Amino acid sequence: MNFDPRYSGRNFSSVGTRPIRPDGVDKVTGRARYGADFNMAGQLVGRILRSPHAHAVIKKIDTSKAEKLAGVKAVITAKDLPDLTDGDAAMYDILDNSMARTKALYDGHAVAAVAAIDARTARQALKLIEVDYEVLPHVTDVDEAAQHHAPLINDQIFTEGLEEKPAKPSNVTKRTQFGHGDVHKGFAQADFIVERSFKTEQTHQGYIEPHACVASVNADGTAELWVCTQGHFVYRQHCAQLLGLEASKLRVTSSEIGGGFGGKTHVWAEPVALALSRKAGRPVKLVMTRDEVFRASGPTSATSIDVRIGAKKDGTITAAEATLRYSCGPYAGSWAEIGAMTAFACYKLENVKTVGYEVLVNRPKTAAYRAPSAPMAAFAVESAVDELAKEIGMDPVDFRIKNAAQEGTRASYGPVYGPIGIGPTLEAVKNHPHMKAPLKAYQGRGMACGFWFNFGGQTCTDLNIGMDGSVSLAVGTVDVGGSRASLSLVAAEELGIDYAQVKAIVADTSSLGYNDMTDGSRGTFSSSMATISAARNAIKVLKDRAAQMWDIPVEDVTWEKGHAVAKGEKYGNLSPLSLKDIAAKSGTTGGPIAGHSELVADGAGVSFATHICDVEVDPETGSTRVIRYTVVQDAGKAVHPTYVEGQYQGGAAQGIGWALNEEYIYGKDGRLQNAGFLDYRIPVCSDLPMIDTQILEIPNPNHPYGVRGVGETSIVPPLAAIANAVSNAVGVRMSHIPMSPPRILAALDAEREG
Amino acid sequence: MRYIRPLSIEDAVGELAKAVGPAAILAGGSDLLVRMKGGFIEPELIVDIKAIGGLGDITQTADGFRIGAAVPCAVLGENKALRQAWPGVVEAANLIGSKQVQGRCTITGNLCNASPAADSVPALVAAGAKAVVAGPSGKRTVAVESVPTGPGRTSLAKGEIVEAILLDKRPPNAGDAYLRFIPRTEMDIAVVSAGVNLTLDDHGAITAARVALGAAAPTVLLVEEAGQVLIGSKLDEATLERLAKICAGACRPIDDKRGTIEFRRKVAGVLARRAAATAYKRAGGK
Repeated sequence: MNFDPRYSGRNFSSVGTRPIRPDGVDKVTGRARYGADFNMAGQLVGRILRSPHAHAVIKKIDTSKAEKLAGVKAVITAKDLPDLTDGDAAMYDILDNSMARTKALYDGHAVAAVAAIDARTARQALKLIEVDYEVLPHVTDVDEAAQHHAPLINDQIFTEGLEEKPAKPSNVTKRTQFGHGDVHKGFAQADFIVERSFKTEQTHQGYIEPHACVASVNADGTAELWVCTQGHFVYRQHCAQLLGLEASKLRVTSSEIGGGFGGKTHVWAEPVALALSRKAGRPVKLVMTRDEVFRASGPTSATSIDVRIGAKKDGTITAAEATLRYSCGPYAGSWAEIGAMTAFACYKLENVKTVGYEVLVNRPKTAAYRAPSAPMAAFAVESAVDELAKEIGMDPVDFRIKNAAQEGTRASYGPVYGPIGIGPTLEAVKNHPHMKAPLKAYQGRGMACGFWFNFGGQTCTDLNIGMDGSVSLAVGTVDVGGSRASLSLVAAEELGIDYAQVKAIVADTSSLGYNDMTDGSRGTFSSSMATISAARNAIKVLKDRAAQMWDIPVEDVTWEKGHAVAKGEKYGNLSPLSLKDIAAKSGTTGGPIAGHSELVADGAGVSFATHICDVEVDPETGSTRVIRYTVVQDAGKAVHPTYVEGQYQGGAAQGIGWALNEEYIYGKDGRLQNAGFLDYRIPVCSDLPMIDTQILEIPNPNHPYGVRGVGETSIVPPLAAIANAVSNAVGVRMSHIPMSPPRILAALDAEREG
Repeated sequence: MRYIRPLSIEDAVGELAKAVGPAAILAGGSDLLVRMKGGFIEPELIVDIKAIGGLGDITQTADGFRIGAAVPCAVLGENKALRQAWPGVVEAANLIGSKQVQGRCTITGNLCNASPAADSVPALVAAGAKAVVAGPSGKRTVAVESVPTGPGRTSLAKGEIVEAILLDKRPPNAGDAYLRFIPRTEMDIAVVSAGVNLTLDDHGAITAARVALGAAAPTVLLVEEAGQVLIGSKLDEATLERLAKICAGACRPIDDKRGTIEFRRKVAGVLARRAAATAYKRAGGK
């Protein structure tokens, strides 16, 4: 396959328009089928028993009473999920997280499960399971866990990445370092230095749809899983490996998805549902409660970050340094590493050094959350940058423009940038009317920048042309943000036909080759590349069929605006053949017409955004309201601008919640205190202003249309933008996220008492 | 589990009195159903009181208002006379949960759920509201503040049902107000709250005052000293400061996921001051 993915400037007719999404009507009328909407004949209800302890040895589990309860069809423990991971440590962690093997490692860790004829019986059965725990000391705070005297979560963990292997185990699994130049020398050249420590609390993605699946394992070794996921191919690989099934015999169908934001890139209860079904011999439906989602899926890290930045009087940054500690839950991760890579990615720096430490704690396993790890690093860095600009006496936008990375800049995490959007987003912000909007007393304005890598990856797409001339597009990336509409636009663009002629679906794992999951802002980037490639392959077939119909050499046929055209004067009397004309005759010219594509989408262009935020703080209560908010972000090319704007607004909304109120609150007993939407405070509609957006289009040279991923970057700047706005409103620099009313009031009181 | 829908208060009382296992009263269900779904309670008997005659009505009497136990909070907001007489009680009732919840929930349920953070209760206590209790040995009328005795606990005996809330007829120059602190704008629960009810003389001086705080102690607090300090004043700045200080001092709050002791104390004072200012204005004070 000779597919050239390079950008070529072109005029678009479909791409860039805003048609209605094909899944929209079903969603607003309640017909769309989400994870819990699928049912099979004879299905059982699965429920999971979870540890009430943050850290405990499981000495014995007695399931005999539960097994005897009428209506119970299967009871499982870790014994029913034997270790087949064959030394793969990451897979072993997934297995142990699905069902605790020897120790419960957090409040909510699964220890047993039942399948019963109804929910009431299943609940009763859980109460009959007797677990004998030996409770161990626990640690939930990232800084405390990193101390030498902290309770050890896993005595086989010796910090990696140190010059010498440590003699003693610890909760710090890994140290990583990035940067270049000599920060020591750089700080010596600085006229001003800002040094500050920051903390951010753990947050959850807060998707409205809880994890849900129906699993059906047959006696012949085949199995089906219907599940709400961001990546059904990845779920298939993981579940098959954990259950000892052949991947090709496990068919996974992804449902509609009520939000994922990274939290549905990972299997949680799905292996348990499959194990229950295997044991019971019947399909099992397993739907998590909200309490379970909070306690036992994958929130993001809590962090503790030290930042030091130095600059000359003229505003040139001479050195930048950060030490980042990220919680991973009880299993090793690379979250601080990503934070250390992204921290200074917006800037052109001669001397930069970041060090990340991965820290185990007795909390649920950390999972990806929209630009994972970047928002916390940006909060620390962009707060310090803002403070430094103030000390120098420079406008914060001008200070950032002076130090912004450009094409050719060596990024703090290693690579050299191609054409990028940080400078243009800052210039756009400088000229945005938001910057001139008047502010009243106790109101303040803040701004901040953000970066995300973006990802491409393995992608496989089928494009089939029906005899009526309609086009079915089957993709393998789950649609989390309107990608079926966007990909239909791309197919229509490439084929030269109307959007309404194309219908995109997300195919199951038995219908397409492997696809990476919808993460890393890759859904539209990679599947649009594969769609373009598949459409071009279909056009080759269409031209061939037209040549047959005309009985002329195929070399003389071109494809223009949805039609085969015979080239040259000698064919002057041949009218162009539309896609529909050719499709109608396909039965007699060689059969069905299709285009296929399989590729690795390389060259996902990096993404930058700058946000502006106005807040009002009530100085007597510490209550903060966001009153004006603007997102400026580079999209490369906005395929469907409405859904691009939706991504910008969604990330900002989640960032606002994170900045102001959302946090996991643990009691001294190591138990999560607020596992529900009442006390885990995601913003409601009336908490948010209309979030204004501005799309910039700096084409990605590695995509035919210039597309960059847009899904994640929008959550990176808000924490810092809001903190900077609060600082400008009431004069206190908030270094602990969330800036909840008690924290702001305490800071204001401390300031007032001097 | 048995669900019944009696047509008379006597039948409801009788069924509750003879119930053997755990029994629950269902009006709006906005607390009960959530607790059942969460697995916190599994009642053997549910007595739905919505079909009992009169319990769904707001009646204006010579003495004031009688609000039936099954009247949804949204209906309070639609009653013009009640809104005019007791704006603070109505605004408190219309802060509970969300619009959808307000279509179901009742102030009687809010009272009997006995949460210290119940929104309508501080406003009812400040208003001097009374509860009509029907039970196996007849009916009695009690001050609303005597119903909750601690988080989730009430003074109601087995078989007793609060069938109505009574609010007095308003004298001229009277006003009430309720404010709560929540980190969000709606769909939340009070971190701390304050209800204030004032009566003025013809010159704008306060002649009667009641101040109640929510989420500041195990039950809603009637702060008598705070009421006393307002009497005789025209709500000058110094009085408001004293009010705030007394309220902050009267709190016996806890540190929890919703707020700290220090935060609750401070904000209790701030809210009492702000609510007093609103009540004063509503009473015609300038």
